[in-house]
Amino acid sequence: MNYPLIDLVFLVVKGVYILAFFAVNAMFLIWLERKVSAKVQNRLGPMVVGPHGSLQLIADTVKLLLKENIVPSSADRFVWWLAPFFVAVPTIAAFLCVPFSNVWIVRDLNVGVLFICSITSVCVLGVFMAGWGSNNKYSLLGGMRAAAQIISYEVPLLLSVLVIIMEAGTLSMQGIVHAQEAGLFLLKPNVMVAFLVYLISATAEVNRVPFDIPEAESELVSGYHTEYSGMKFAMFFLAEYANLFIISAVAATLFLGGWIGFFRPSAVWFLLKVYGIISFLMWVRWTLPRVRMDQMMAFAWKILTPIALVNILVTGLLLVLKG
Amino acid sequence: MELQELIINMGPQHPSTHGVLYLQLKLNGEVVLDCQPHIGYLHRSIEKIAENRSLTQFIAFTDRLDYMASMNNNLGFCLAAEKLLGITAPPRAQYIRVIVAELNRIASHLLAISTFAQDLGAYATPLFYALRDREKILQIFDQLCGQRLTYNYLRVGGVSGDIPVGVDLLIKDFISYERRMLAEYQDLLTGNIIFCVRSKKIGILPKELAINYGVTGTSLRASGVKWDLRKDEPYLAYDKFDFNIPTGQNGDSFDRYYVRMVEMEESLKIIEQALGALPEGDPVAKVNKVFRPTGETYMRTENPRGELGFYIVGDGNPFPYRLKVRSPSFSNLSVISHLVKGLNISDLVCVLGSLDIVMGEIDR
Amino acid sequence: MGSLNSRKRLEANRERRLNLDTAAIIQSIKDRFPGAVAEQTPGWVTINKENLIDVARFLKDGPSEFSSLHCLTAVDRKETVEVVYHFYSFKQRIMLTVKVILPNADLVIDSLTPLWGAADWLEREVYDLFGVRFQNHHDLRRIMNPDSWTDHPLRKDFKMAGFIPRPVK
Repeated sequence: MNYPLIDLVFLVVKGVYILAFFAVNAMFLIWLERKVSAKVQNRLGPMVVGPHGSLQLIADTVKLLLKENIVPSSADRFVWWLAPFFVAVPTIAAFLCVPFSNVWIVRDLNVGVLFICSITSVCVLGVFMAGWGSNNKYSLLGGMRAAAQIISYEVPLLLSVLVIIMEAGTLSMQGIVHAQEAGLFLLKPNVMVAFLVYLISATAEVNRVPFDIPEAESELVSGYHTEYSGMKFAMFFLAEYANLFIISAVAATLFLGGWIGFFRPSAVWFLLKVYGIISFLMWVRWTLPRVRMDQMMAFAWKILTPIALVNILVTGLLLVLKG
Repeated sequence: MELQELIINMGPQHPSTHGVLYLQLKLNGEVVLDCQPHIGYLHRSIEKIAENRSLTQFIAFTDRLDYMASMNNNLGFCLAAEKLLGITAPPRAQYIRVIVAELNRIASHLLAISTFAQDLGAYATPLFYALRDREKILQIFDQLCGQRLTYNYLRVGGVSGDIPVGVDLLIKDFISYERRMLAEYQDLLTGNIIFCVRSKKIGILPKELAINYGVTGTSLRASGVKWDLRKDEPYLAYDKFDFNIPTGQNGDSFDRYYVRMVEMEESLKIIEQALGALPEGDPVAKVNKVFRPTGETYMRTENPRGELGFYIVGDGNPFPYRLKVRSPSFSNLSVISHLVKGLNISDLVCVLGSLDIVMGEIDR
Repeated sequence: MGSLNSRKRLEANRERRLNLDTAAIIQSIKDRFPGAVAEQTPGWVTINKENLIDVARFLKDGPSEFSSLHCLTAVDRKETVEVVYHFYSFKQRIMLTVKVILPNADLVIDSLTPLWGAADWLEREVYDLFGVRFQNHHDLRRIMNPDSWTDHPLRKDFKMAGFIPRPVK
């Protein structure tokens, strides 16, 4: 039985749904970040546009859309122009495998975790292209930093995800959630360690404080996106927050049981967990200072990676002992 | 492959050069090989202006030197003028001057430590806390003299007006409030491991180098020299108050930060004592309308950033013949190229933030 | 008021002691470099410009240990330019004011940068604003005004365009 037309319609509907969620979610997150930071800093945050500034981001988006797109005269135009897409498109693609509920998933690939991890690493290319193509020394430094940082933190990130794959015995996102129906993975001590490693390296992956070294406002002005304006800047900005959502969604799915909850609809539980993690990361961002480049690299290679490796060994031993 | 030095022009417009400082950096990757500061973007030739203003008129220009500590600048200039003219301010004025100078010292240090934290990448949170506290001080100054940044409050021979009713209560409230908040900042910053790792052993300024380059103030004390003009060459009524001079051991960025942190507590102590013992009397001495200074004098006072000196030469005219401002930030900045060689570019920002410079008094 | 009087007395004592010490230091300069001191007043000492670097080295490395060059500036006296040095000794807690008088035709003086790092920027400032050239300064550039500038703004003959000083009563 094959109905190609119906498949096509479904594909389009799902694509639209992902794009809409990508944009609306990022806008909501930006608003949330501004409100959380305001709370931390004894301010009110945006208050003027809409109730409690909730429509502020729509105003901002319209402004960004209408802004002139300034191209630096000495930029490598093609690379410079392509970079934002390399950052935004993989992030959108990663939404394919995010299980919002037991039915709300675009495509439950049997290599879902691998797909998300690998496609989000493509972002580093875009970041580096932006740094290189801008032909600005600060951007170049930011791009170099980003490349070094994201590649280093990929290692402990994947190693910590590996623990979950060993526990669940599947790479499918839904499969991992189903494997936790008997009990959350997080209750096991080795998974707790993996969760910690994951959270730290995921923070580094999305360039957030204390690992916001590629952007480092006080050092590199704005890092790799210094020269971008208008919609191109907006794409970096939206992708940053979409990435934040992705890493939190993966954390919620792998470690906190995804959409598993006490009542339906299960999507509520998923979103609650994701936004909980995001709020935690925001709280961290507005509290801590930034670490230095070499300190951060040393932390990745000398502390996180060994911990993650030992953790895999321990997990394997535990699984073998359990039979 | 050929190793190529990267030359970066940091500033004059850059988020962490504290104004319009321009640093020419030679980098190998991210390691600073050479740092050449260029100044003068804020040069207004205040010293030339002084040659066409009477002493009283010039007080308003001292506000624009170190605009984060205008009261202290007023104080330094008024004391220099009084020394030249042989005037002594009445006791009440002296105590009021101590109070406003110390309040402004706290306001300035608050901004210094919070912008330092900002330079280390703590996104604006310490800055907002500090600005909230500084706001209380600015409100007190607003009640005193109607200004929030450029006060022009002190006069040769005293202060322009007595403390209004109720302001002493505001100050008392502020003291107890600020004691509480300082403990919180110690938790937020001093106790933060990332903050310590970033700032300890970074930009070490040895004692000998500091003295050789004329570094003064908190940066000198952080290098382990127990030297504070308020204690060692007391002016005003500072010899009547009980306070400590905090010093550091290593002379690194963290020590420079920490000395400021402790100094704020000491300043609170001084304000409390001065407010308790505020003498009665006139807030301003009986002085001539027009001063005709003769001879020359050099007077220095302890500003939040170091020793501010005024060298005034008079020739009997109302306008000073020559007026030199020895600004602390100028000397403190001149040492930076020695501090940052071999450090990372992130550390450069950290060292610059810990030196706490204000371009207004460097360029004059 | 009693305490204020006693404080004044203390200050007067301190002033007298400082003057004594300053006199002793000036005497030691005179002993060491005969003919170097051109003029001596209670406030400052004027020395010949040939002797400046030797006297400065003696002040820094000699027994009085003037370890800090606190301030360096100049005063334009129309026919001459006075370069004024404020040395400070942390050991003796004395500030010594040294002046060197340069004729307008020959505004050249030895640099103190080999002795004090502080002299670097301070001398550049005096060069920029007064046009005094410091020999042996490793990097004598303008510090505040643009490099293309030719005037020296703090000189009394500097013309300020459009500015009319208020008449003095």
